[in-house]
Amino acid sequence: MNETKKTYWKGIQQLKNDPAFVKHADKEFVDLGVEADPRHTRRDFLKMMGFTVAAASLAACEAPIRKAIPYVNKPVDVDPSIPNYYASTYVNGGDYCSIVVKTREGRPIKIDGNSLSSITQGGTNAQVEASVMSLYDNYRLRGPKKGNDSASWEDIDKEVTAKLAEVAAAGGQIRIVSNTILSPSTKATIDRFKAKYPTASHVQYDQVSYYGMLKANEASFGKQFIPSYDFSKAKLIVSVGADFLGTWLSPIEFTKQYSTTRKISEKNRNMSRHYQFETNLTLTGANADYRTMIRPSQQGLVVAQLYNLIAAKAGNTTLSAGIDKVSNLEKAADELWSNRGNSLVVCGSNDKDVQLLVNGINSMLGNYGSTVLPNKASNFRQGNDEQMAAFIADAEASKIGAVIFYNCNPVYDHPMGTKLGAALKNMSLTVSTSYTEDETSSLSEYKTPDHHYLESWNDFEPKANSYSLSQPAITPIFKSRQAQESLMMWAGEKIDYFSFVKNNWKNWYYGKAESSILGFQAFWDKCLYDGVLELGSPDTTSYSFAGDVSAAAASIGANYKANNTGFEIAIYESYGVGNGSQANNPLLQELPDPITKAVWDHYATISQKDAAALGVDNDAEGRTQLINIVAGGKTIKLPALVQPGQAPGTIGVALGYGRTKVGKVAENLGQNVYPMVALLNGSLNYNITSGVTPTPTDEAYQLAQTQIHQTYMGRSNVIQESVLSEFKKDPQAGREFTKISKWEEKVDPATVSLWKGHDYNNHHWGMAIDLNSCTGCGACIVACNVENNVALVGKQEVINRREMHWLRIDRYYSSDATDINNYEALEHAAENPEVVFQPMLCQHCNNAPCETVCPVAATTHSTEGLNQMTYNRCIGTRYCANNCPYKVRRFNWFKYHDNQQFYEANPSMNTDLGRMVLNPDVTVRSRGVMEKCSFCVQRIQSGKLTAKKEKRKLKDGEVITACQASCTSGAIVFGDMNDSESQISQLLQITRDEKRPNSSDKNIGNPRAYRVLEEIGVKPNIFYLTKIKNKDKTNA
Amino acid sequence: MQVSSSLRESLITGGKTASDVSEDISRHVENKPTQLWWMAFGVSLVLLGFGVYTMSMTLWNGIGMWGLNKTVGWAWDITNFVWWVGIGHAGTLISAILLLFRQKWRMSINRAAEAMTIFAVICAATFPLIHMGRLWLGFYWALPLPNAFGSLWVNFNSPLLWDVFAISTYFTVSLVFWYMGLIPDFAVIRDRAVRMGNKTRAAVYNALSFGWQGGARTWMRYESVALILAGLSTPLVLSVHTIVSMDFATSVVPGWHTTIFPPYFVAGAIFSGFAMVLTLLLITRKVFKLEDYITIYHVELMNIIIIVTGSIVGIAYITEFFIAWYGQVPAEQYAFINRAFGPYWWAYWSMMTCNVISPQLFWIKKIRTSLVATFILSIIVNIGMWFERFVIIVTSLHRDYLPSSWSMFYPTMYDIGEYVLTFGFFFAAFLLFAKFFPVINMAEVKSILKSSSEKKH
Repeated sequence: MNETKKTYWKGIQQLKNDPAFVKHADKEFVDLGVEADPRHTRRDFLKMMGFTVAAASLAACEAPIRKAIPYVNKPVDVDPSIPNYYASTYVNGGDYCSIVVKTREGRPIKIDGNSLSSITQGGTNAQVEASVMSLYDNYRLRGPKKGNDSASWEDIDKEVTAKLAEVAAAGGQIRIVSNTILSPSTKATIDRFKAKYPTASHVQYDQVSYYGMLKANEASFGKQFIPSYDFSKAKLIVSVGADFLGTWLSPIEFTKQYSTTRKISEKNRNMSRHYQFETNLTLTGANADYRTMIRPSQQGLVVAQLYNLIAAKAGNTTLSAGIDKVSNLEKAADELWSNRGNSLVVCGSNDKDVQLLVNGINSMLGNYGSTVLPNKASNFRQGNDEQMAAFIADAEASKIGAVIFYNCNPVYDHPMGTKLGAALKNMSLTVSTSYTEDETSSLSEYKTPDHHYLESWNDFEPKANSYSLSQPAITPIFKSRQAQESLMMWAGEKIDYFSFVKNNWKNWYYGKAESSILGFQAFWDKCLYDGVLELGSPDTTSYSFAGDVSAAAASIGANYKANNTGFEIAIYESYGVGNGSQANNPLLQELPDPITKAVWDHYATISQKDAAALGVDNDAEGRTQLINIVAGGKTIKLPALVQPGQAPGTIGVALGYGRTKVGKVAENLGQNVYPMVALLNGSLNYNITSGVTPTPTDEAYQLAQTQIHQTYMGRSNVIQESVLSEFKKDPQAGREFTKISKWEEKVDPATVSLWKGHDYNNHHWGMAIDLNSCTGCGACIVACNVENNVALVGKQEVINRREMHWLRIDRYYSSDATDINNYEALEHAAENPEVVFQPMLCQHCNNAPCETVCPVAATTHSTEGLNQMTYNRCIGTRYCANNCPYKVRRFNWFKYHDNQQFYEANPSMNTDLGRMVLNPDVTVRSRGVMEKCSFCVQRIQSGKLTAKKEKRKLKDGEVITACQASCTSGAIVFGDMNDSESQISQLLQITRDEKRPNSSDKNIGNPRAYRVLEEIGVKPNIFYLTKIKNKDKTNA
Repeated sequence: MQVSSSLRESLITGGKTASDVSEDISRHVENKPTQLWWMAFGVSLVLLGFGVYTMSMTLWNGIGMWGLNKTVGWAWDITNFVWWVGIGHAGTLISAILLLFRQKWRMSINRAAEAMTIFAVICAATFPLIHMGRLWLGFYWALPLPNAFGSLWVNFNSPLLWDVFAISTYFTVSLVFWYMGLIPDFAVIRDRAVRMGNKTRAAVYNALSFGWQGGARTWMRYESVALILAGLSTPLVLSVHTIVSMDFATSVVPGWHTTIFPPYFVAGAIFSGFAMVLTLLLITRKVFKLEDYITIYHVELMNIIIIVTGSIVGIAYITEFFIAWYGQVPAEQYAFINRAFGPYWWAYWSMMTCNVISPQLFWIKKIRTSLVATFILSIIVNIGMWFERFVIIVTSLHRDYLPSSWSMFYPTMYDIGEYVLTFGFFFAAFLLFAKFFPVINMAEVKSILKSSSEKKH
């Protein structure tokens, strides 16, 4: 074979055999120069890094998405952004208020009073206003529970029914325990329950008992009842320890009535005179014309003495008991006598003997039928202390087989609650229908939550023949169930409570009312629409007093002492959290106590004298120390608050604190003083008159108070006040006409201005606040908070003096100092001071000092006289707040919404459930911006829009600010000062200057009207009417 | 060759020649910083770091980190602002007004004083910025910038806006004035660097000196610009603190609402500014061994200005009280009584002691010419001036018209931190200045060697 050197080559490169080819010859694929190294180069790394960082930061820039889900099918009657109003009823135990609920997109957001009710007449109080937030309480039970585990309603119904049957079969006792029940239909279900289980009985008790009054009336008139009172007819009111404007019996109703007697004008120069004899300085005492400090141990004797004084005049026999040297008592008796038939004596005591004498006094004075109305019995308090005590004794003795707690919390709020709590273990069935897991509920085996009152149907009979309905304003948020339905279910009946109530009304009231002629549905609709049904009073029984006064006097003589020297405790109901049932409501915790101005706290009030004697130093900054108070073997440790007007030798302690199972807001805040209450004379006695020793400890404590300076330093440009006798002579009494000096003359400050003033050609909004009507209750503060989404800031921020309230009530004590230049002495409140309340909010100045100083024009003047705040424009220099003479501007020091720091204090901006209460018409302010009262500009705008759509002028009364709406005493009047027919124009007697009718400078004719700090010329649009006390001049 | 005068004290001692001056001053720029410098710089950075931490916390969480409340809306923030602005007055006063009055003694102190002014104004400006609730918007919303928000515009009625203009103008003019003075000196350092063969330094300082050649024509222009800037700055010295005082004077708050504020603030500003210049110069003089340039005579002259302005301030305090009594406005009367005898009496009396009584000691020549006494008193004066602003701001606000709102102000760590921040910045900046810039105006000092410092040795 021929050897050939023939070479086959793959390509020209192989042929040439160049080194570059040879190097890569073993590689199948052509190397295109991409590095084989799989690792990234530095450049790649940087590129990737750059991209990632950029992408990540771009993604981070995107705002978080909050989903708003629109309706697929629009519900009937729900128009987005249009509120619906439903008449309903607030009931919390025996506390009652007829209300109108404002809902937006199906959520209740605001509660107003229902003016159709003859009882509350459109009034509300702080607790009613705040209750809407309790609906969205995070501590509410989400559904029924057995023990600590969630369970289904079916299982629970089976087990409860079985156990009830078991207990009933064994003849065991069954109890339904509740507070006062005002609802006839609820009572009907209980009756049916009792019919099913014959061993069942119903026990009612009240957190604050009025059993003594019930018994006294039984002893006086042979029937257990509490009469209605009519303060509006009383020209002379004497109250011995009854805080009827604050907490006693039916404060909303009484405030309404009382305020009508305190409204004076040039035409009506008469007002009632009010004497108060009390221990703690209460809201009522603060409004009284004459206030005398007495010890709780003297209370019965004071009443007895008053009885004696009146009896002497009436020619009746006087009593064995009595007391001398109670200042103003004889004067009060004289005036009571001269106002026979038009006077009223009330007493806060729960001692039946004392109340019996009070009945005797009113009877001698002929007040029955005029100011005391036994024919119109009020049902607010039906609790029976003896029955409740018997129940607890039975429970301890293991005599009770089953108990159902209907919306009550006796483990916390009954003096023997702890014993009851321990005894619950022995029962075979314990059920609580409370809508939160409170102290009682958490010790009960079955937690079967009732709806919140805003979710439920119910009916009420607050007074004889006065009825009202409550209707759901929202579908139940959680898996709760109407407690009445639960009861019936356990009694083996399945009912629909709505139909049940409706049927009852058909059977009971339909036919008695005028509106019945149109048929039942029309009657029912009208009742539901009005919220109330009033039937004429058929009770024509005549009541004549038949009490045994001398026996009562003997008992009083034994139980009371004229000259006790030891310390005494007077337990009272707190104005904010009340009896504690709404303690988890931060609106109430942050509501300044009208008197002490303290928030978020529980304290013991002591008098200035005792503080000095005990060495307790409570300085103006709220720094104080804890004191140990030993009473009847129980010790509580509380911070001391030195309270002017506290009777020396006494200590005031509030109920409503010290809750342990209540939710984050109020848990372990203060001490529970219910256990200190003891039975006296068959009823609970809220005074401890012996065995009390306070000992100061070394532990410092900081109280949070919204006002730390107590007196108005004699500044008559702030508070202008006089007495009635002066007012009768000259309606300008008390007015201070400050003049400012020009070159040669002294002139009215209003006449001097750099500016020409504004012309408000459309509306000119203004407000008048009557210092004489304002009782200082604070409902307006809560109403304002709810309406305007005002942030709650918690205790520490109040200590830092940063509460956000747009509206505050300044409370000033009088001072004993007479020299107006002795500033040091003026700072100290008198031992028993007179009190003035002054609601203070943005004054909407025509020459607003805040407007000129804002560098970015974030606060400006509207064409309607409003001082506006543009949150979006505000950069937060706080110059406006500094320059505000009224200090009503509030700065967002922190982000109060969506901030864990404020989760507890401000759930309505920090939890999904809480947020449902926010008013969608008002922005939640961000941190770093200033805010203040806007005169409810959202309401003004909506009123104007409605009028515009209907092509008409806005009518007076269509726009009502939240504070005005909540003001039971009608002290606040808001309206258009350009409209000569408006209520405010009439009240202020505005006359038009024909040359310039719409000028911002209005001619105010009301002699009582003044503007705070008139002399600085800022010309506010808020006018105050002078405070007039009905005192004799010598004492003024 | 120096000529001595029998009438005047020498402004520069030690028989310095022009080359001595260049050497003495430039040496600090050229040499490595001393250990003392490093220590001081380290301390300043620590202060700055703490300040930045507190400031960051305030910006992150909100102004609530400070001790302010609903009644007292300004406290340490604006106190510090006014205090620093006041300090920032001396530099321009020394450079501008004393230049116009041909006060040659100013020449060896004006550089440092101007630098101090610049840094003090920067420190001052931080407070109006960080005291804002929403700085991220406020820093440009407070300027009249055209915007897309419709008709949104700044409020020309607001004294705070006037502040923005007054301070930015003052800062700009002071900065330009200061820098212009530095140009010939930078050129000296450059020339020396060229000679020493340090190329980097030569290049840097050449750039800083804008290629200054020192020709007669350049010098002529330099002199005219200096005069023009001096003319411009002079009204600014008066206007800045006048406008700052209007933040208070135009308000309705009793204790703020007084017409005496503009002159009283300006006098106070010069008072505190001179005190701060003294504090700094006495240290610089010692550390950099500049005893021949900053002499006892300089110190004495400055102390005399302190007596004059301190007395003006003292009279102003008394006048305020007189007017409060004479004016018969109860709120105003209370405001002043409360200042002196209310809860903040200690602040008031600290102010009175430090500002009114202590400078009077300078009537005594021995004290006026004592470096130790001057140093201590210069610090006391600035403490007093800080209290003056605190007294005006806090004691007026904390108890104004409605007693219900009266409250107290307690500073928090964050209030203090913000103040520390400015100290950290101020000293760090001043130390950097002292290291890298000629601390004494060589060009000008050389011009007075002949006339004023003849002393043959």
